[in-house]
Amino acid sequence: MKADDAVVLAQALTKRFGAFTAVDGLDLAIARGEVVGFIGPNGAGKSTAIRLLCGLLRPSAGRAIVAGYDVGREPEAVREHIGYMSQKFSLYGDLTVRENLQFFGGLYRVPRRELEQRMGLAVALAGLEGRERALVRTLAGGWKQRLALGCAILHRPPVLFLDEPTSGVEPEARRKFWDLIHHLASDGVTILVSTHYMEEAEYCNRIALIDAGRLVAIGSPGSLRRRELGGTLYELECSALGAAVAAANSAPGVIDAAIFGDKLHVLMAQGADTAELARLLGRARITAGPPRAIIPSLEDVFVRLVAKPRDRRSGA
Amino acid sequence: MFDRLRVMLMKELLELHRDPWAMFRLVVPLLLQLFAFGYAATFTVNHVATSVLDLDHSQESRGLISHFAATGRFDFVDFATSQADVTRDIDAGRATVAIVIHAGFARDLLNGRTGPLQVAVDGTNSNTALIALGYVGRIVARYQADRTGVTVPAAAAGASGVSVTLRERPWFNGGLEDRWFFIPGLIGTLTLIQVVSLTAFAVVREREVGTLEQIMVSPIRPIEFILGKAAPFFFIGLGEVLLITMVGEWWFHIPFLGSPLVMLLGASLFLLAALGLGLLLSTLSRTQQQAFALNFFIVNPFFILSGFAFPIAAMPAAMQWFTWINPLRYFLVVTRAVFLKGVGIAVLWPDLAVMGLLGAVLFGLSILRFRKSLD
Ligand SMILES: Nc1ncnc2c1ncn2[C@@H]1O[C@H](COP(=O)(O)OP(=O)(O)OP(=O)(O)O)[C@@H](O)[C@H]1O
Ligand SMILES: [Mg+2]
Repeated sequence: MKADDAVVLAQALTKRFGAFTAVDGLDLAIARGEVVGFIGPNGAGKSTAIRLLCGLLRPSAGRAIVAGYDVGREPEAVREHIGYMSQKFSLYGDLTVRENLQFFGGLYRVPRRELEQRMGLAVALAGLEGRERALVRTLAGGWKQRLALGCAILHRPPVLFLDEPTSGVEPEARRKFWDLIHHLASDGVTILVSTHYMEEAEYCNRIALIDAGRLVAIGSPGSLRRRELGGTLYELECSALGAAVAAANSAPGVIDAAIFGDKLHVLMAQGADTAELARLLGRARITAGPPRAIIPSLEDVFVRLVAKPRDRRSGA
Repeated sequence: MFDRLRVMLMKELLELHRDPWAMFRLVVPLLLQLFAFGYAATFTVNHVATSVLDLDHSQESRGLISHFAATGRFDFVDFATSQADVTRDIDAGRATVAIVIHAGFARDLLNGRTGPLQVAVDGTNSNTALIALGYVGRIVARYQADRTGVTVPAAAAGASGVSVTLRERPWFNGGLEDRWFFIPGLIGTLTLIQVVSLTAFAVVREREVGTLEQIMVSPIRPIEFILGKAAPFFFIGLGEVLLITMVGEWWFHIPFLGSPLVMLLGASLFLLAALGLGLLLSTLSRTQQQAFALNFFIVNPFFILSGFAFPIAAMPAAMQWFTWINPLRYFLVVTRAVFLKGVGIAVLWPDLAVMGLLGAVLFGLSILRFRKSLD
């Protein structure tokens, strides 16, 4: 994609808090209607990056262009064109569903004629018909989050930044929330959404893996799985997982071995033989099942890219 | 501008309306302090514990003692028999004042000489001591006048034949009631304390809860946010001014001689400054704890260095300079003048003008300092 086409563009975007670098030279380009997921562990810098893109934080270096406006130079123009859901739930608990919608609609100066209709849509979108007069703090998590989304899109922003909108929400409600996201994207809204949940990454058009403030990899879930592993992934059941990792890593042809739940995942170079692996495990007195070639999950990719950056560097 | 201001206002009022403790928090502390000051805060010294030692045992000495008793200001806790008793009374804190009439008092008076009278005062509380001494002086003068049938200054000036009589006639507060001084002063003081902390907390709470971030990401302008935040507290402040004024008048019977309109104008300008101060504090604090500490740190000096209780003229120069930028100082002048003197804008305009200026500056600063950024 050419940078000119990007609705959200970050160039060497950097944020330092004192000596600590929370976002480190982020380059990112998102096209219209794309759903891009920010994935990364706690403290990776996801929220900080989103706040930089919203103009809530001033970058220490680099720049960002959102909806055609330079965030540093025209922050107010950017604000008119974005919707944002912060990681903390941030509607007014002591106000009713309707009053919250009226408040945010007023902040964005939605014309009064349209506001009524849009509020109706937002209520429907949140599944809160008939509960317009309920105080927001009495709503359950899933409804709250969908209402917050409803408030964030009252002014029909072409770009949405959603910071962990589904955290602490039960799976069923999470799925509903993602339906809404895709519905908006199909209308041409560009969406950047951060999440902790690996399975949600699969719902994104592209995933940006963030670790320690750096963009580690970016691509579609499929391409990330194919490209980033560079080998065949085998799964095997075995005893003494800790010892098994050590033994497997010393086997020829093994790129990497890691514990995955109660199983061992071993990445082997293309065309390498698994017989030697089984022999080494046996010699270490580990009872192991037969290695099965599997399609890597994003979590596998993530573990490879994020959890072992030191190995990769020293191995390269 | 007005659309956003309107929704900000609506939201603030709804939140206030939904807060079941709001009324309680606004009114009860105010009334408690008002009554505490109304009843407890007084400079008047009454029922001073007094130890008496009469070594003269004459009709004259007993006459002097009865003059002391007649005023009701002095309670005799001990009729001592020796100087040592008196010393012990003062040391032990049983008596604040000791009156010692030495032997020969009557004889000296009858011979036209000055009778020896010794008064010892416990100076630990210098204020009480000074006031009690003042009473002693007046009682002795009265005694002398009663005895000779001549007023004191005239007797003293007798030789030159000039006769001067001092008649005290305090203006504006004929009975010299401390309450008349304190309660009008409380309007500004209590309102300042309330309004500054309410405003500061209102913004910081939104920051802590996270709603401020959601507001900052919207295209709202700082002035719209600040005005929307401040306006409800402005009216709350006016309500508090009204409440104290009414209690002062109907419960404590403080005269209100001036114009309610001048009072309203003064209160409005003063509230502008108080709100500006609260908003400024809120832009300086990240958490409610910080706001609390800062509030305490700032409001107390404003209170002490205002002339509410301690005269500004008696303060060191540096502190006197500080009082120039203290809006409370000016509002105290206005309230006391409106209540007790009944003067109007013709006299008070300089104070009103300075309050307006301070309000504009503080408000302007808080708008400038309110950044729509989390840095
Ligand atoms: N205002 C700040 N001052 C100093 N450090 C900060 C500030 N904001 C964030 N940080 C630090 O920057 C790092 C990245 O924080 P950020 O909130 O962006 O992470 P995150 O990826 O969103 O994490 P999480 O998944 O927990 O939300 C963290 O180590 C955090 O402590
Ligand atoms: Mg975060």
